[in-house]
Amino acid sequence: MSKTHIKLTVNGKQHELLAEPRQLLIHVLREELGLTGPHIGCETTHCGACTVDLDGKSVKSCTVFAAQANGAEVTTIEGLGGPDGLHVLQQMFKEHHGLQCGFCTPGMITRAHRLLQENPDPSEEEVRFGMAGNLCRCTGYQNIVKAILAAAAEMNAAKEAAQ
Amino acid sequence: MNEMSPPKAERAAALKGLGSARKRVEDARFTQGKGNYVDDLKLPGMLFGDFVRSPYAHARVKSINADKAKELPGVVAVLTAEDLAPLNLHWMPTLAGDKQMVLADGKVLFQGQEVAFVVAEDRYIAADAVELVEVDYEELPVVTDPFKAEAEDAPVLREDLEGKMEGAHGPRRHHNHIFTWEQGDKASTESVLGSAEVVAEEMVYYHRTHPCPLETCGCVASMDKVNGKLTLHGTFQAPHAVRTVASLISGIAEHNIRVISPDIGGGFGNKVGVYSGYICAIVASIVTGVPVKWIEDRMENLMSTAFARDYWMKGKIAATKDGKITGLWCHVTADHGAFDACADPTKFPAGFFNICTGSYDIPVAYLAVDGVYTNKAPGGVAYRCSFRVTEAAYFIERMIEVLAIKLDMDAAELRAKNFIKKDQFPYNSALGWEYDSGDYHTAWDKALKAVDYEGLRKEQAQRIEDFKAGKTRKLIGIGLTHFTEIVGAGPVKNCDILGLGMFDSCEIRIHPTGSAIARLGTISQGQGHATTFAQILASEIGIPADDITVEEGDTDTAPYGLGTYGSRSTPVAGAATAMAGRKIRAKAQMIAAYLLEVHDDDVEWDVDRFVVKGAPERFKTMKEVAFASYNQPIPGVEPGLEAVSYYDPPNMTYPFGAYICVMEIDVDTGEHKIRQFYALDDCGTRINPMIIEGQVHGGLTEALAITMGQEIAYDDMGNVKTGTLMDFFVPTSWETPHYTTDFTVTPSPHHPIGAKGVGESPNVGGVPAFSNAVHDAFRPFGLVQSHMPHDHWRIWKIAHDFGLHG
Amino acid sequence: MIPGNFEYYRPESVSDAVKLLAQHGDEARAIAGGHSLIPMMKLRMAEVGHLVDLQAIGDLKGISVDGGMITVGAMTTQHELIASEALAKAAPIIREASLQIADPQVRYVGTIGGNVANGDPGNDMPGLMQCLDATFVLAGPNGTREVAARDFYEAAYFTAREDDELLVSIRFATPKGGYAYEKQKRKIGDYATAAAAVLIEKNAGKVSAASIAMTNLSDTPVYCQEAAEALLGTATGNPDIEAAVTAMKAAIDPQEDNRGPVEFKQHVAGVILRRAIERAVSRA
Repeated sequence: MSKTHIKLTVNGKQHELLAEPRQLLIHVLREELGLTGPHIGCETTHCGACTVDLDGKSVKSCTVFAAQANGAEVTTIEGLGGPDGLHVLQQMFKEHHGLQCGFCTPGMITRAHRLLQENPDPSEEEVRFGMAGNLCRCTGYQNIVKAILAAAAEMNAAKEAAQ
Repeated sequence: MNEMSPPKAERAAALKGLGSARKRVEDARFTQGKGNYVDDLKLPGMLFGDFVRSPYAHARVKSINADKAKELPGVVAVLTAEDLAPLNLHWMPTLAGDKQMVLADGKVLFQGQEVAFVVAEDRYIAADAVELVEVDYEELPVVTDPFKAEAEDAPVLREDLEGKMEGAHGPRRHHNHIFTWEQGDKASTESVLGSAEVVAEEMVYYHRTHPCPLETCGCVASMDKVNGKLTLHGTFQAPHAVRTVASLISGIAEHNIRVISPDIGGGFGNKVGVYSGYICAIVASIVTGVPVKWIEDRMENLMSTAFARDYWMKGKIAATKDGKITGLWCHVTADHGAFDACADPTKFPAGFFNICTGSYDIPVAYLAVDGVYTNKAPGGVAYRCSFRVTEAAYFIERMIEVLAIKLDMDAAELRAKNFIKKDQFPYNSALGWEYDSGDYHTAWDKALKAVDYEGLRKEQAQRIEDFKAGKTRKLIGIGLTHFTEIVGAGPVKNCDILGLGMFDSCEIRIHPTGSAIARLGTISQGQGHATTFAQILASEIGIPADDITVEEGDTDTAPYGLGTYGSRSTPVAGAATAMAGRKIRAKAQMIAAYLLEVHDDDVEWDVDRFVVKGAPERFKTMKEVAFASYNQPIPGVEPGLEAVSYYDPPNMTYPFGAYICVMEIDVDTGEHKIRQFYALDDCGTRINPMIIEGQVHGGLTEALAITMGQEIAYDDMGNVKTGTLMDFFVPTSWETPHYTTDFTVTPSPHHPIGAKGVGESPNVGGVPAFSNAVHDAFRPFGLVQSHMPHDHWRIWKIAHDFGLHG
Repeated sequence: MIPGNFEYYRPESVSDAVKLLAQHGDEARAIAGGHSLIPMMKLRMAEVGHLVDLQAIGDLKGISVDGGMITVGAMTTQHELIASEALAKAAPIIREASLQIADPQVRYVGTIGGNVANGDPGNDMPGLMQCLDATFVLAGPNGTREVAARDFYEAAYFTAREDDELLVSIRFATPKGGYAYEKQKRKIGDYATAAAAVLIEKNAGKVSAASIAMTNLSDTPVYCQEAAEALLGTATGNPDIEAAVTAMKAAIDPQEDNRGPVEFKQHVAGVILRRAIERAVSRA
């Protein structure tokens, strides 16, 4: 099967590559572009370890063909922190012990980032519901939820201060 | 002459030592997606291996034709047992004294068993080639029921063992029997049972499940033919043991093998064993001369590597009419699957299941465990618990409830009546353990008070009234548990794996400027060792934890150790860390005394410095001592400041805890809701409360999963019914409740810092707490025992069988 | 889990897509969100030679609420269904049901068209569409035709859609009265153990119109006309609801799976329907 040209903007940087249409986006990111932040956990869309932001949506990149993503804008965990250091979500995950083995963390934070874009001031219940596409085997979620709520508060305070 | 030292408390706080909720040093890389897991590794020319697996649970392999696969462009090799046989690598030893096929040798014994290994340029081609390998199977009769395994006419599963009536753990009585393991006093126990006022008897099943870490197992084997060196990166919870095993079975000298465990995405026991993938990747790399990567997919993970539990536990518990336990009898039928690949210390084929007398002062007990072969995957690993300890805790905590029902007694009161008392420690149990320390009554009273136990019981009674009156369809269950764990394997006198004593190690180097590196024989899989071991050391040697690097997992640099599982890191490697730190301090004391021009005995340790007794203004900080050790000749003392400790623990540690779960159960649908979960843990000295709390949350959630639905289920043909995360229950944030944590502190008297370990307590205590809540909800209707997992339909079935659906 | 290879197409019009489907026959599959199809391909349970991606076809998108009629483009995602205020106002049962499908990530890409056209008995939208008496608009080589949701499903993964046809939109009258989508599942991301879609209109305290459909309790969604009729003219007292439940139970044909045996599913279906009716009535 011949390879096709794929154009992707990943973390603000444009890439052009050749890929088989069946190649999964997660493999393109990890193996062609060296972005090994997103991980593969279950392969059947249940665990969310491969979550990236694709054209403004949280998407499980193990269930997207490279060909489908052609032309898309992708943000991975590597694209979240700025030149000044950690994104507030990254800080809060550390501050509130929202991770242990770290394998789910990139997907978790990437998903949380989109969640807070859409719902900047969520309740605990909304966080638990909004994060239900990401499995964690280590933390029991309690500190993840805490970290996301803390990040929301921090981001809102920063917004208020800016106004 | 120095300036005066800052206050003690201020200096101690700056160290971020024992007791500090220090933030984790690991998190910077993990939160930024810069972890280094095995599948992230990409080496030049690397090939990818993938397995052809058996669709059948029991079949003869008549032929394997790989011609079409080999013709596919990009396929480099297809290995079968025939290719491995000349190297004697078609079978491998298991950790339990059995052996296991690396690739199907004439037959397959479980669905998903490895049949051939395809090596190709990338994982896509490898997967395509797997489809092209033609295997001709002849199906054989399947054994999935462990109670039928020993039937006279049961098919012979292990033809390689036919006629061999002596196994690694004594006599075998049947061709599908593995071992019988007996502990305790059979005659006395049976005599007590025969004359007891009350005997409660029950079969308690702890179903087959799987550790299912989010990262599956995998490795990259890289044979450097020029230098004769093999480097093996992989998801290994015991990298040093893997090196030794790899050397023994491959014939490559141990110094020519380097095993590296990079970051590991959770282990929970899944990554202790040695799997076919590792062997095949090594062979493939030797054959091809380039690195070969093998990564399991999730289905392969659930179907073939390391199941856990599958214990049928028949119990009899004797007591007086007023509830004093007089004896305990237990027989376990253990379903080990096709090969005995349990990861237990060699002398313990059923692990430490003989901790099954639990937290109770039981004068006499007897235990027998029979292991049998079936057509299921091998394993029997300690899934977030010490060896078979969660099975034991579940057994005794169910038996206590069963006895309470028989006695018509409150189960909390029954427990309190039988706890080992504080002044009985160290306590020798009827099944042979010496419990180091405990204060169960204090923990229990604190727990009952915290949840307002009496109030809960009143509310529950009212709910039953309301239910009977047709006002509600929801019942309340109060799940009680007081567990005692046995962790920290362990003393070399009785604990080894394949002859390797289960000590552990720490090596410390202090750098001239007063910072340090510590290397250990363990390996973190999320426990935060880089954070907590630095804290132990900070308190021992007075160097801030932030100035101490902790490194694990590279066998070329780390001292030998047996790895991380069974909550052994803190009890064993944590102790080694403290002991190595004390060696550093002893040498530092000599140097300080020399610098201060006093006798060694005239200085004393003060948080981070040595002070001349009676002259607090005269001191040398550890930092100053470190520099001096490198730049000043000190008579009678070698330069440098390094130490290593290999710690052989004198005993296990015995963490304990009191858990209470309040659950609402919908009688009509079988759904449940955890309304409250209170977890009190006593893990001795607390190194980092933030990490302890995180471990408890995580362990409880795994316990919730196991109890309420997580199962490796087989149909009668031996097909795995739960091979993806659709059916293998892993709860999301939505199904997971909020937990309340609490603690008491009863230090271990024999551990250098009094710590006992905590990572696995919540799984050990959590399962009976959740399960007892389900049982308790239906106790008023006569429920005595209903097997896990308590998924919707099984709970519904309880209600249905009691006629609660009208 | 690695899928087999295929040729990939991204047509920009319905007619181009239909042409591709016609050209490649049963070797071709249309892909919308792909979250049912791709896992099947990765497990190599679905072999697809030609994959026709519908994402670039503008005509397949959008939600319109016009007078008494609601039209939803087949490529509208569940996330968009949930986010649509117009839809939430006109047909709140759509949001209620959509929120119970899969998980947030899957809802961003999972489409209403894929959900109804795939013919998977586990999908929630087919039953809901039968409850709403929706019409599916199919485009084929010979133009478009319409099939009622209640006539669309033949067996698991078999529907009235021909291989060379494409589902382009779904149309239904704005529902009136009370509604409920009730679903029991083992966890987020699971298919239903049992689910019920219910619409009820009341007039002077009596049910004047009702519609009921059940999900994952047969190899197709089950539209339960007799169950709905049992409620007509009643004040939805207990015996009336029981009559509806009894009629529903006669219509379903659940199979044993990991969620439980038939007896359990039969019972739970009754409980779920009872709850759905009660909630719909409370909103009527």
